[in-house]
Amino acid sequence: MRAKVLIRPKEGILDPQGKAIERTLPALGFRGVSQVRVGRLVELEADDPDRLAELCEKLLANPLIEDYEIELDGAAQTSAGPVSGEARGQ
Amino acid sequence: MTFGVLQFPGSCDDRDALMACARVGEARLVWHADTDLSGIDVIVVPGGFSYGDYLRAGAIARFAPAMEAVAEHADAGRLVLGICNGFQVLCESGLLPGALLPNDSMRFVCRQVDLTVESTETAFSGECRPGDRLSIPVKHQTGRYFAPSDQLDELEARGGVVLRYAPGENPNGSARDIAGIVNERGTVMGLMPHPEHAVDPLTGSADGLRIFASLASRAAEPAGVSA
Repeated sequence: MRAKVLIRPKEGILDPQGKAIERTLPALGFRGVSQVRVGRLVELEADDPDRLAELCEKLLANPLIEDYEIELDGAAQTSAGPVSGEARGQ
Repeated sequence: MTFGVLQFPGSCDDRDALMACARVGEARLVWHADTDLSGIDVIVVPGGFSYGDYLRAGAIARFAPAMEAVAEHADAGRLVLGICNGFQVLCESGLLPGALLPNDSMRFVCRQVDLTVESTETAFSGECRPGDRLSIPVKHQTGRYFAPSDQLDELEARGGVVLRYAPGENPNGSARDIAGIVNERGTVMGLMPHPEHAVDPLTGSADGLRIFASLASRAAEPAGVSA
């Protein structure tokens, strides 16, 4: 089955990549864009979609710092990872 | 005592680590596909870009056959030192708590930094005195140590922080200026700075040698936290 896995930095964790993009935007004439966060999209074909969450926990995402979402044929399921972090502002 | 330095495709500090270890003991390289660690007292997981650092730094290397052997080595209470990418690999493996995130500066940093020795009660720092300052280079883009605050409290409470960036020296935004940590048993250490690049005054500092000398004087003893 075709699946998409969306991985993003957990809420509260500083994302320097997003910040770099955000800082570039005004110079290009884009205003009013904020809270830019950069994640990863993994597309894959899985014989056993039931094991995708395990795959995410073990490899595709680091549950300490990232949340993930699995999308199967348009139906999304989200990792229920607790919000952690204190990195902001450090 | 014998050091084994892992070598992944993409490692680049394996030779320097090997030479640093050879100054204080016997040392050999261990290819990532090998699982035979017999005769090795201390495993060094070196810096570099193991498996291209694809996905996340250290995420793929964690599953190397050699790393399974390293996990057993660590479970048996034997010594493991992870430097830079090696630190990232050990965190990804769960052998050390926390994770390394991209530097807050958004830049690759490559410079000499001062570290303060927070704990001399480990096999990795016995040749230092508390409060010593060590001048050791860093070179990384993903070196911001992170753990949830309750885990950081726990780490500090048990004396798990071995090295901290000296005041004003934190090059990457690491939580609480943490540069190097040790596991609960005191047998697995990870640090972002490169002690193997600071073993000869010719290249600016020999302070890094004290980490290897500490290991050499402890490696032959039974594992565990020193008294």
